[in-house]
Amino acid sequence: MSMASLQASTATNFQRKRLMGFAVPAVILAYFAYIFVAFDMGGLAERVSLENTRTLVSDAYSYKTHVTRDNRDGGVSIAIEGERKGRYAEGASPEWVSLGTETLIDLGDGHIVTFGETQVTYDIPGYGLIVTEPGRSGVNAVLPTETVPEWINASKNRLSITTDAGRLTVTRNRSEVFRYAMGWELFFFTLDSPYHGMGFGTLLSHAANGEAGAIWSDFWANKMWRHADVAWALFETILMAFLGTFGAAIIALPLGFLAAKNFTPLGGVRFAARRVFDFLRGVDGLIWTIVLSRAFGPGPMTGSLAILLTDTGSFGKMFSEALENVDGKQIEGITSTGAKPLQRYRFGVIPQITPVLLSQVLYYLESNTRSATIIGAITGGGIGLLLTQAISTQKDWEEVTYYIVLIIVMVMMMDTFSGWLRSKLIKGDEGGH
Amino acid sequence: MAELSTSAIQTDYMAQVRQKRIMNTILLVVFIALMLGGFATANDRNAGGFWNGLPMLLDFPADVIGEAYSRAELLHGYFLKYLPSLIETINIAAASTLLGGLLGLVMSLLVTRGLAPVPWMIGPLRRVLDVLRAVPEIVIALVLIFLLGGGPVPAMIAIALHTVGALGKLFSEVNENASLMPVEGLESVGAGWTQRMWLGVIPQVAPNYLSYGLLRFEINIRASAILGFVGAGGIGYDLRNTMSWGQGKFDEAAAIFLLLFFTIVVVDQTSSYLRNRLTHGSAKGEIHA
Repeated sequence: MSMASLQASTATNFQRKRLMGFAVPAVILAYFAYIFVAFDMGGLAERVSLENTRTLVSDAYSYKTHVTRDNRDGGVSIAIEGERKGRYAEGASPEWVSLGTETLIDLGDGHIVTFGETQVTYDIPGYGLIVTEPGRSGVNAVLPTETVPEWINASKNRLSITTDAGRLTVTRNRSEVFRYAMGWELFFFTLDSPYHGMGFGTLLSHAANGEAGAIWSDFWANKMWRHADVAWALFETILMAFLGTFGAAIIALPLGFLAAKNFTPLGGVRFAARRVFDFLRGVDGLIWTIVLSRAFGPGPMTGSLAILLTDTGSFGKMFSEALENVDGKQIEGITSTGAKPLQRYRFGVIPQITPVLLSQVLYYLESNTRSATIIGAITGGGIGLLLTQAISTQKDWEEVTYYIVLIIVMVMMMDTFSGWLRSKLIKGDEGGH
Repeated sequence: MAELSTSAIQTDYMAQVRQKRIMNTILLVVFIALMLGGFATANDRNAGGFWNGLPMLLDFPADVIGEAYSRAELLHGYFLKYLPSLIETINIAAASTLLGGLLGLVMSLLVTRGLAPVPWMIGPLRRVLDVLRAVPEIVIALVLIFLLGGGPVPAMIAIALHTVGALGKLFSEVNENASLMPVEGLESVGAGWTQRMWLGVIPQVAPNYLSYGLLRFEINIRASAILGFVGAGGIGYDLRNTMSWGQGKFDEAAAIFLLLFFTIVVVDQTSSYLRNRLTHGSAKGEIHA
């Protein structure tokens, strides 16, 4: 090739490269622009619910205690998150509330709310004393200043004050104070347990005195966080993944032989087996889940079978490909010793493909733990169900956070476990890879 | 070396074989017990039992097929009706694969030893990828739906985040096999980090990236359909609506099933064809040092 023609072809090559260098990013950008319009991202700013974001974020790491006064009979009740399960017993209260004919609520930093016999007052440092007298005629709020600050929302029948220390809402029938605190409330023991509020050291000494069982059962039966149910749900999710993955592997192995060229000379059988795999994979976990849950109802069995069906397709395809790559010499060697067909498979084929198949199956075990969570969220079962339930209440975000952390830990542990098992079973035997 | 008689070798070998067989049998028994026990437990915890449900397994598909068959002339109309939703589902998958792939590419370069510009960031960033990979898409999607409202954007973000984790790891494994010579050559003429990566690494690994990206796209199509089912738009959302309507709309459900099925099959086949070409093409065209 002459110098000139070489130069010319190099120049065109460069030209093409340069064009590609601009064209690919341009196409990607154009596609994102299209997506931006098609998904109405511009309108997203209006749809974002700041209120929801604030609730979610603050709820994830803090909790609030409700102190409620029934304005009709003057009765005061205290409950964590306002839930029945977190209610303080009659006469009991956290140290910042002093009960009596006049209930004093110390919100900290000098903020004091008083539930009197007829009056409800809120003393805000630097602002003044707000006095209300809720009753039939309204809340009758008297503010110390003429202008109403923006953090107070006052009307005839409702007064709500939001400060950094907490929140007071007064209506005709109810006065309610929220006090916020860091952490997840009642995570270990609920209020009805004698071990609530004990330090770790005290707890340990109680455990040493033979109360370990009682402590454990109080923790395990915690009504707020339901540790026992959560543990069951995690177990169910892992069970779904385990049964689905290994069940699929057991079914797919013989089908894989049917779909492999070197083991099934009959083209028709091979074709049929492959179409079965394509069908199982193509229908997809979502549709299998729907169909199966119609017959079996929600629960781990439905999830297991949905994973099993989808993965039989995937495994069948992978196994048959692995079988087609099997080395024929080993089988010939076994045949030459007079082995029967079944023995040929057992000693000539299985040892060759086991590492490949096992590593694929174990890889799926981890990804199926995630699928099991998702299927559980759709049909109802396992940790996925607990998660969707907690999200749909739209207020238990601390539980949602807890479940998300548990799911992440569970999947990572399954990942580590399957990796460990893989290295244990295959022992650096890279045969087949 | 001590003299070994044939019979000694044989007894030794037989003992080893026997021990291995016993171990294998024990493992097999444990495994079978786990499977049986597992299925029994799962069956107990299920709302309907397996044996009670089995006869009803085909009822629902029969209903759907029967209704679709009796109104077969409407079917192509439904295909047109749900085509926009299908396109939305595909767009969610494509946009999130692209977005996740691009971010995953950057992440993978940041966590590959020898290529990372800030070596001490490798460990922490890898943990970030691990976490992103471990979170199921549905978790992020459900939280985002609460914050952003329904629609395709929460699904896209959720799938993209998971894709960053998954592809970031795979890409970094590919990067580890890339030759460092072009990178060193570029460095010697004073190229910056971005230039070294863009001109020295990416051309080597692009075919493998594309192949993994296509595989992700297959996975993400399914994920996008599933997220639609929990309220994130696309064809999954329509599927849930027609399903919860129940009898009378099963013909529409059948149309959606078919659309979804064919989309998945077409995407799978196309991507597997393209991936085959990519890997074989690269084996031919690759210049080995």
